[in-house]
Amino acid sequence: MTNIRNRLGSLPWVWSFVGAFATWLVTLVVSAGQGGGQVLTAALTFSAFTVLVSLGQMLVITSGPGNVDLSIPSVIALSSAVSMLVMNEQGAMIVPGILAAVAAGAAVGLANYGLIRVLRIPPIIATLSSSLITTSVAITIGRGLKIKPPDAFANLVTGKIAGVPLLAILALLAAIAIAIVLERTVYGRTVSAIGQSRRVARLADLRVEWTRLLTYVASAGLAGLTGALIAGFAGGNSLDQGEEYLLLTIAVVVIGGTSVAGGRASVPGIWGAALFMFLIVTMLNASGIPPGLRMLFTGLIIIAVIAIGGGEKALR
Amino acid sequence: MNPGSLAPAERTRPAAPARGSEVFVDLRGVSRNFGAVQALRPIDFQVLRGECLGLVGHNGAGKSTLMNVLSGTLNASAGTITVNGADLSGRYDVRVAHHAGVRCVFQELSLCPNLTIAENARIAHPALRGIGWRKRAAALMQGALDQVFPGHGFGMGDVVGEMPIGRRQMVEIARAFTETEDEARLVILDEPTSSLDQGAADQLIAAARRFAAGGRSTVVISHKINEILAVADRVVVMKDGTIIDDRPRAAWTRDSIVEAMGHAAERIRTTRVTTATADTVVEVPSSGSGSLAFRAAKGEIVGLAGLAGHGQTDTLLAIQSRAGGAKVSGEVALVPGDRVVDGVFPLWSIERNISARWLPDLTQGGLIRLGSERRKAQEWGARLALKTPDIRDPILSLSGGNQQKALFARALGSPATVILMDDPMRGVDIGTKQDVYAMIAKEADMGRTFLWYTTEMDELYYCDRVYVFHYGRIVKELVAAEISEDAVLRASFEEHA
Repeated sequence: MTNIRNRLGSLPWVWSFVGAFATWLVTLVVSAGQGGGQVLTAALTFSAFTVLVSLGQMLVITSGPGNVDLSIPSVIALSSAVSMLVMNEQGAMIVPGILAAVAAGAAVGLANYGLIRVLRIPPIIATLSSSLITTSVAITIGRGLKIKPPDAFANLVTGKIAGVPLLAILALLAAIAIAIVLERTVYGRTVSAIGQSRRVARLADLRVEWTRLLTYVASAGLAGLTGALIAGFAGGNSLDQGEEYLLLTIAVVVIGGTSVAGGRASVPGIWGAALFMFLIVTMLNASGIPPGLRMLFTGLIIIAVIAIGGGEKALR
Repeated sequence: MNPGSLAPAERTRPAAPARGSEVFVDLRGVSRNFGAVQALRPIDFQVLRGECLGLVGHNGAGKSTLMNVLSGTLNASAGTITVNGADLSGRYDVRVAHHAGVRCVFQELSLCPNLTIAENARIAHPALRGIGWRKRAAALMQGALDQVFPGHGFGMGDVVGEMPIGRRQMVEIARAFTETEDEARLVILDEPTSSLDQGAADQLIAAARRFAAGGRSTVVISHKINEILAVADRVVVMKDGTIIDDRPRAAWTRDSIVEAMGHAAERIRTTRVTTATADTVVEVPSSGSGSLAFRAAKGEIVGLAGLAGHGQTDTLLAIQSRAGGAKVSGEVALVPGDRVVDGVFPLWSIERNISARWLPDLTQGGLIRLGSERRKAQEWGARLALKTPDIRDPILSLSGGNQQKALFARALGSPATVILMDDPMRGVDIGTKQDVYAMIAKEADMGRTFLWYTTEMDELYYCDRVYVFHYGRIVKELVAAEISEDAVLRASFEEHA
């Protein structure tokens, strides 16, 4: 028994899936088996957005203690506006629109790194202050914007193959790609290395600063892509589309089993935790618990899952 | 509180027994398993009062396990432990051991880096409390440091984490000799001089002898045979978790100890035939008046000598980052000596730790070839006789010496042509050292350049040329036959204008 527990303990992401599955079952019970499939489809769609942004947050957190990207919501607000402006309801402009959204995100990522590196501002403050500036820009160009996404784009992001949302497939491919990057590229290994010790990594001739730069650019770039997709999904941009992703991404990364102290990423856990976080809200909504108590339960359930999963293993 | 415990028998002690007349620690049939691995077979082990015992053996011979049992940090799987006549088996732990007067200075330093020297004294001495404890702690540590390392130059308010490793080790050692409520009757020194320079090591040996003369005991574990011969009254040899030889000092020679440990006798002075060529590959300009410029040629082994922490490591790091006007042609790889701070990725496997420096060369089409990575890491592990059941095991499952081998593999397996070594032989056993020395000579022959900072005098004899450092300056260059312990010490202690 302890053996099984140990083996599961070394795969911390398993618990996020256990939590997600249990939550889904409870939802089925309280809704008397109605709409289980619908819940699942909705969970896959909304989790896809969460997964895309959380993958970036995971890279940032894995790159070492103190690293976190708080600019994600503002990047989503900016990039959704940028994508709608560039697409301008023209089907032919879909790809340029997405690229522009990613580029807008990447630019913010570059600025984040610049603040951290050149001005030596701690990441939490650097990304927070850059997010204020980004939000301001997003308001300037995005307020009152009434541009609808081109039909082809809207159809694409709401589309399904064999009942599975296309977005979920995209997010799954992105997760697989990130997993490969972490395991099999110099960049990915370096992210884990600098997360364990920047000094050791530097002495082993790994490219510490270049890797940190890429990581902040990747995080904001993924947020940029997500912004475009959300605008397409929601039928246009709005400035509060990214708000929920500030703390959600951090929660998903941690529940998914990525080490908060850096050095160890857990890609499967991102999916498990994203589904889990969505399903908790669904379950509590379906069970008719008053809104005030829902928050309480959400908090308690997250604590329970992390406690059962064993949380952080001591480093040494 | 009596910091004077090291002074020769000036305190009145209750009927201090004559040396060697009485058993202080008596272990009978003590063993220790880790799962299926028997780290310590059932053994009998005694330490007498007033005795300085030398304990030698290869990495993984069980020395540290035995000392962990003796100091209470590990429970024995079986056997009895009697200290000072009292049978303490079954309830023996660190607290009991400390109360009985058993102290241990561990190989991996145990000071809190964020605290000052004085504050670290309190960790070991709960009795240092109440108003003015800081002052008393400072006096306690000052006294101990003055006794062991006269002229040490520490301030008791110095923060431990800001000191180089050799200085930290001096503080750690001195702390083991401090006394408040409990006397220090037996001090275990596990590789105490691995980061000390020759001067400090000599001071420690003298202090251990004075300690023994005062009727107290010490156990010294060291891979440096000369040190064991200088300090010990009796030498015990361990191998494969058991004691294989135990004789008084007079019955040992350097060669017989090495032989008993089970390795071909080490030659003290190698006749190295230089493989240096005329091409200069490393150049560092003089750092100021009275300092020589540093250069190294292709195929050359250049030693960086002098007292520990006098700028040798800084010079290596400047060369690695090409700072301070350092000119280097070709790739550079570093073998760190301070494993925990500079060397090991603690979350990774042995394999990943080894391959960390090679990744760009293992990459094809943007992806690391995992098969090549495994093969090459295994190959280098085997070449360095790295002891592990599986190269995919965590790096922290290895003993310190084997972790160091992994760091050697990381550098030597890379395409770098200039290898920097930052006192890399700490805690490495004599057999492995011989293997590594041979490998260094062979690699130099094939055109690699080695820049070798070492605190072990013997290792300088493997160098073609030696630069002696003193307060950040290079004060002396010794070439081939001029290299000797004497010459290095003379240059280290000379007054340099």
